[in-house]
Amino acid sequence: MSTLSVEEPEQAESRVHYLNVHYGVKSWLLTTDHKRIALLYLASITLFFLVGGSAAVLIRMNLLTPTGLLVEPATYNKLFSIHGIVMVFFFLIPSIPAVLGNFLVPLMIGARDLAFPKLNLLSWYVYIVGGLFTLYAVIAGGVDTGWTFYAPYSSTYSNTHVMAAALGVFITGFSSILTGLNFIVTIHKMRAPGMTWFRLPLFIWAMYATSVIFILGTPVIGITILLIALERAAHLGIFNPALGGDPLLFQHLFWFYSHPAVYIMILPAMGVESELITCFSKKRIFGYSFVAMSSLAIALLGFLVWAHHMFVAGVSMYAGMVFSILSYLVAVPSSVKVFNWTATLYKGSISYEAPMLYGMGFIGLFSMGGVTGMFLASLGMDVHVHDTYFVIAHFHYIMVGGAVMAYLGGIHFWWPKISGRMYPEGWARFSALIIFLGFNLTFFPQYILGYLGMPRRYPVYPPEFQVLNVMSTAGASILGVGYLIPLIYLIWSMRYGPVASSNPWGAKGLEWQAPSPPPTDNFEETPVVTAQAYDYPSREVEVA
Amino acid sequence: MPPGIPLAPPQASTFAPGVDHLFLFLLGVTGSVAILVFVLIFIFAVKYRRRSPDEVPPRVHETMFLEVAWIGIPFLLMLVMFGWGAEIYYEEFHPPPGSLEIFVVGKQWMWKLQHPEGKREIDELHVPVGRPVKLTMTSEDVIHDFFIPAFRIKKDVLPGRYSSLWFEATKTGTYHFFCSQYCGTNHSEMKGWVVVMNPAEYQQWLSGGAGGETMEQAGARLFQKLACTNCHRSDNSGRAPTLVGVYGRPVKLVDGSTVMADDAYIRESILRPAARVAAGYQPIMPTFQGQVNEESILQLIAYIKSLKIPESPERMKAAP
Ligand code: HEC
Ligand SMILES: [Cu+2]
Ligand SMILES: [Cu+2]
Repeated sequence: MSTLSVEEPEQAESRVHYLNVHYGVKSWLLTTDHKRIALLYLASITLFFLVGGSAAVLIRMNLLTPTGLLVEPATYNKLFSIHGIVMVFFFLIPSIPAVLGNFLVPLMIGARDLAFPKLNLLSWYVYIVGGLFTLYAVIAGGVDTGWTFYAPYSSTYSNTHVMAAALGVFITGFSSILTGLNFIVTIHKMRAPGMTWFRLPLFIWAMYATSVIFILGTPVIGITILLIALERAAHLGIFNPALGGDPLLFQHLFWFYSHPAVYIMILPAMGVESELITCFSKKRIFGYSFVAMSSLAIALLGFLVWAHHMFVAGVSMYAGMVFSILSYLVAVPSSVKVFNWTATLYKGSISYEAPMLYGMGFIGLFSMGGVTGMFLASLGMDVHVHDTYFVIAHFHYIMVGGAVMAYLGGIHFWWPKISGRMYPEGWARFSALIIFLGFNLTFFPQYILGYLGMPRRYPVYPPEFQVLNVMSTAGASILGVGYLIPLIYLIWSMRYGPVASSNPWGAKGLEWQAPSPPPTDNFEETPVVTAQAYDYPSREVEVA
Repeated sequence: MPPGIPLAPPQASTFAPGVDHLFLFLLGVTGSVAILVFVLIFIFAVKYRRRSPDEVPPRVHETMFLEVAWIGIPFLLMLVMFGWGAEIYYEEFHPPPGSLEIFVVGKQWMWKLQHPEGKREIDELHVPVGRPVKLTMTSEDVIHDFFIPAFRIKKDVLPGRYSSLWFEATKTGTYHFFCSQYCGTNHSEMKGWVVVMNPAEYQQWLSGGAGGETMEQAGARLFQKLACTNCHRSDNSGRAPTLVGVYGRPVKLVDGSTVMADDAYIRESILRPAARVAAGYQPIMPTFQGQVNEESILQLIAYIKSLKIPESPERMKAAP
C-alpha cells in the first residue's frame, strides 16, 4: 500500500489557492475559474442526483407488491418519468464532463483555464435554468411521458406538464453544446509546450470524443423537442398520424441523439478508468493509441446505430439487419478498452486504494452491461427482451454500474486535488464494496425478470414476478445507503480530512504538479512536457 | 436462485425454442469471454499486488498481435450472433401463406380482437394449436405493443398503420400477453391472456355465443350503409373504379406510379382518398374519417378482399 505523504498543515492553510482566494456567495456565482465552476456543477448535479434517487426509491418501494404498494399508476408513471429525465439529462450527461472535465481539462493539458471562461459560467447558468423548468414541471404536478417522450403520447395524449419538462431538456442542451465547444477549442489551442496529441492523457481523449457528440448530437434532440412542442401547442401534424404525421419519425430523431447520449455518459467514464488503472498499477496504459482511437471510433460509430432501439417498432426487416450489424461494430472499440485495461494490470504494481476499488467495480459492472448489449443487438433475441426489465438491467449496468462507479472513482481520486483534503480511506473502501454488492442485488434479478417477460414501466404486475422484484428492492436499499456514505464523509472531509499533498498517489499527469488545491491560475509557470503520458518508471527486463 | 423461480417463460410457440437456444449461445460465448477477463483480472490483482511502496514494475512490451487478436476474434463471434439473430428475425417477418388471420385493435387501455368468422373478444385471444396465426394490428390512439412472452415475440402497434405479427402455438394452455410500449396511465392494465386450444375446441369456441355475422358480412353491410355502392359498382359503371378483384393487385395512379392494393392502401383510400388517386378518375371520393373506426375499416377491408373476379358470368350480377 502506498503511504500518503502529508504536507505541513500550516503551509497549506496559509497558501492562497482557488478556494480561499475570495469568499462569499458572489465570488462563487460570478466566478470564471474552471475549478470553481466545476464545484458549482458538483453541487448542482448532486442535488439532482438526490431528486432522481428519491424517485427511484419510491419506484422500488412501490414494486414490492404486485398491485403497487404506495401510489396510483398515474403517480408511478410520473415517478419513473422524473427519475429518467433528471438522471439522464441533469445528472449523468453533465456528471463527469461538467464536474471532472471542467476541473481537469485545463490542468491536465497545462493550461490556466478553458478557452472561454465566461462561456463556461454561462453553461452552468443555462443548465440551472433548464433544471428549474424541469423542477417546476415536477412541483406543478409532474410529467408522465417517460424520459423518452414518445409521440403521439407526449404530443397529443398526455395531459401532464410535458411542455415545461421538455423545455427544461431543450434548454440544458445548450449547456452541453457550450461545454463541448469550450473543451474542443481548449484541447486544440491551449496545450502546454510539448503536450502533443499522443502525449495527452486518455481522459482528455475521452473528453474530446464526448465533446464531438455534444456538438453533433445535442442540436438534434433540441429540434425534436421543438417539434413536439409545435405539435402539442399548434396541432401541426408532425408525429401524430391523426394529424398526418409519422410517429416513427419521432423515434428516429430521438434515438439519433439518445443513442450517442449513451456514449456521452460512458466515454468520460472510460477516460476516468484509464487514469485510475494506470495510476494504481504504476504502469503505462497497454495499447495507448488503441484506447485513444477507440474513443473517437465510439463517438463516430455511435451515430450510426440508433435504430437498434426500434427493431420491433415497425422498421423494415433490412433496416433491422443493417442496424444490428452496425451495433456489433460499435461494440468492438468498447471491448478493446476492457482488454487493454486488463493487460495494463499484467505485471503491474497494483494497490487498492478506494479509487482503484471503484475502478475495478467499473470494469466488472460495465462488462456485464456490455455483454448483455450483445444480446440486445441480436435481432431475434431483442424481439423477445425489448422493452422488458432485461433492457432496464442492461442500461443500468452501463450507466449506473459503469458511469456512476467511474464518476465516484474519479471524485475520490481527484478529491485531494479538488478539496486539498484526503477522504477517510476505510469508509471509502467500505462504500465501494457496499455499492458494488447493492448494485448487483438490485439489477441482476432484473435480467431474469426481463427474460420472463415483465415489461418495463409496469406499476402493476403478475404475482409470479414478485420474488425477484422484492430482491431488487432489497438491493436498492443497500445501494441507496452505499451512495449516501460517500456524500457524508466527503462533506466531512472538506473540513476534517487530513491535508493532502500535491501528489498523494504518486501519479503522473500535469494536474499532480500543481499544488493541492491549485491556485486560481493553476500553474506558477507553464509546464513543459517532455514525456509520454503515464510515464511510470519501469525496469528493463531482458527478453529473448 | 431460490427454488421455484423459473428462469424462462413457458416455451409455447415454434419460435420459442430457437430464441432460447440463441440465448444460451449468447450466454455461453459472452459469458466465457467475460469470465476469462474477470479471472485474469483476479489473478493479476492478487499476483501483482504492490508489495513495497517503491516497487518498480517491469516493462511490458506491447504486441500488435494481441490488439489484432482481441479486435478480430470478438468481431467474428459477433458476426455469428448477428447471423443467428437475423435468421430468426427473417422468419418472424414471413408468415406462412394460409395463416389464420386475426385482427387486433389497441386503444388506451384495452385490446379488441376479431376473428374473420365474426367472433370478437376483449383482452383475450383464442387460437388453435399447431396452426400459423397472423395478427394484423393497429391502434386507435397512441403506440402500444403486443407482447407474448411464451411465444418470444412482440411488435409495436401504431396508430395510422398496420403492423403484423405471426406465430404458431405448440402447446395448449393459457399464456400472458402484455402491452409493452408505454401508453399512459393504465399501461400496465393493458394485458390479457392467449388461450391456445385444440383445433376442434377452437372450432366449437368460434361457433359458440351470439356471433352471427362474419367480418366479411359486417363489411358488406357497412359498404351498403355508407353508400360506397353509389360510386363503386361491380360492373365498373359508376364514377369510381370497381373494387372487384382490386385487392392484392397493382393499381395505376394519376401521377403515373403504381401501388399495391393492400390493407394499408385500402385503409388510406377510405380515410384520406385524395392522398393517392387511381388513374382515370376524379378525386371525388369523400373521406370517411370520423364515420368509421378501426374495427369497421378492418371489416370493409375483409369485404373488399372477398370481392374476387367471378369465374362465371351469372355470378357477376350477384356481386355488388
Ligand atoms: C363519391 C363517390 C365515392 C364514394 C361514395 C366512395 N368512393 Fe371510393 N373512390 C371513388 C373514386 C372516384 C375513386 C378513384 C379515385 C381515387 O383513388 O380517389 C375511389 C377509390 C377507392 C378505392 C381505391 C380503389 C383503386 O382501384 O385504387 C377504394 C379502396 C375505395 N374507393 C373504397 C371506398 C369505400 C370502402 C367506400 C365507402 C366507405 C367508398 N370508396 C366510397 C369514389 C367514391
Ligand atoms: Cu442505443
Ligand atoms: Cu398500451
